[in-house]
Amino acid sequence: MKEYINSGSKDTRSGFGEGLLEAGRQNPDVVALCADLTGSLKMDAFEKQFPDRFVQVGIAEANMVGIAAGMTIGGKIPFTGTFANFATGRVYDQIRQSVAYSNKNVKICASHAGLTLGEDGATHQNLEDLGMMKMLPNMTVINPCDFNQTKAATLAVSRYNGPVYLRFGRPKWPNFTDPAATFEIGKALMMNPGSDVSIFATGHMVWIALEACKALGEMGVSAEVIDIHTIKPFDNEAVLASVMKTGCAVSAEEHMRNGGLGDSIAQLLAREFPAPMEMIAVNDTFGESGKPEELLKAYGLDTPNVVAAALKVIQRKKNSR
Amino acid sequence: MISIQELERIASQVRRDIVRMVSGVASGHVGGPLGSADFLVALYFAIMRPDPKNFSMDGKNEDVFFLSNGHLSALFYSVLARYGYFEVQELATFRKLHSRLQGHPATAEGLPGIRISSGSLGQGLSVAIGAALAKRMNNDEHRVYCLLGDGELEEGQNWEAIMFAAGKKVDNLIAVVDYNGKQIDGPVDKVMPLGDLSAKFEAFGWKVLTMYGNDMAEVVDTIKKSHWFLGQGQPVVIIMTTHMGQGVDFMVDNHEWHGVAPTEEQTRNALAQLEATLGDY
Repeated sequence: MKEYINSGSKDTRSGFGEGLLEAGRQNPDVVALCADLTGSLKMDAFEKQFPDRFVQVGIAEANMVGIAAGMTIGGKIPFTGTFANFATGRVYDQIRQSVAYSNKNVKICASHAGLTLGEDGATHQNLEDLGMMKMLPNMTVINPCDFNQTKAATLAVSRYNGPVYLRFGRPKWPNFTDPAATFEIGKALMMNPGSDVSIFATGHMVWIALEACKALGEMGVSAEVIDIHTIKPFDNEAVLASVMKTGCAVSAEEHMRNGGLGDSIAQLLAREFPAPMEMIAVNDTFGESGKPEELLKAYGLDTPNVVAAALKVIQRKKNSR
Repeated sequence: MISIQELERIASQVRRDIVRMVSGVASGHVGGPLGSADFLVALYFAIMRPDPKNFSMDGKNEDVFFLSNGHLSALFYSVLARYGYFEVQELATFRKLHSRLQGHPATAEGLPGIRISSGSLGQGLSVAIGAALAKRMNNDEHRVYCLLGDGELEEGQNWEAIMFAAGKKVDNLIAVVDYNGKQIDGPVDKVMPLGDLSAKFEAFGWKVLTMYGNDMAEVVDTIKKSHWFLGQGQPVVIIMTTHMGQGVDFMVDNHEWHGVAPTEEQTRNALAQLEATLGDY
């Protein structure tokens, strides 16, 4: 398989921070808003560089979303920053009416997504955000996998006109994608071609999927790994082409099974190409406190679980023949 | 400069439009729109006077208005049409399938004059603040207006916005509260007392003006006066006392006319009280 080397673990939120700073340099209309989490979102460099284009709104996320929508009326490109829980569930109706339905060029940027925010626990572990955001018409939903990709995605969304939900995380995580790669919104990224099973992963789970791919390879199984960094618009063609080749699928995401990446794949396969499928996701339960790696293991999102899911769908595929 | 008398004549036609629009589709809100009609006519025809033929979504280098209490859509549409944003005939499509005149204002249908969707309450003041901040960043000296309902102030987001606007010295913004004292379930004082609203705004750091919103001369004068207080480090609010249902005797001050359509007979009765000064659509 293609080898991916971790160039040094970094948090994806720092990729966002660097991307935002660069976007600010490239386009004077880029502005940033934050709800009292500037350091956590790594927006401090932008604030320092462009103090007149940074708006501290305090702990008032609903107001932040409305202000951001208003700033687009005046040609600004606002990036709002807070944790995924406060960026979505807390302000769903504000996003729905003032951003999505009004089709405003607001970038809702969310850190501390998924289980891996760790010790803060379930109050902060929003595992429904991708589902909520992908259900909104007009909304583009992006969940990059590492520091480099998050930085590139941040730059890409600054050039895209329309509402975006950009999701990233807290922990230091392997950084392995090409730093020179351009980010194409809506385009699935082939990480490793294979023939026996398709593993579709998003966010931090792409690295886990690559680890699983390696383990499967050692067992003589050829796994295809595809990075679905854009949950919406969904790259139907890439997913279908892969499953038509391999005949079975595994999805892997740090999100609730309901409404997430696996849900999008299952809907597509049910319509176009029914095939055995397993979903690595949190299943209808809240998270809890713990270290990121402990949590991934406790909720069945670690490498051995992805390997087991792959073997299971391959067996189901064989049984159905 | 347009005369008070001419503004009153426009307001009379706008009130007829509101009654006919809501009656025509047997759905919509009539009470609030009738109460705020004088204000919105004054704002567009005497104060803001934007160019209706060159509507731009970003509203650069012109005053912009946001309707936060989106259920006043019939009023908003009538004023926009009478001002020249679109043909008055289109008012007949209000709330009908595939109309640009959605039940609540929407940008999705591309209706000129609308810059944000509203209807789910409590969001407009934040949007207006955002537009005001963008104007400041753009060195655009124009003003931002926002109309809010009094019952709408029960939504907590407003108080986030009120705190922000004062704390961050958003001084190119004029909020207007339609203080008619009525909401769907009854008098505001019973549903959720607002207490001393002026004192609350003042305590948050706003400049507070009051006016009677159903006297055209007073409305025009007060909005002009409000401009004196801009650019001085604080936002301005006009607490505008109005009568829900103003202009139609059996609707005045009755909260039950918040969101029901008049019957045919009631419509005839109402229209008999409102002169068709500009011709019906």
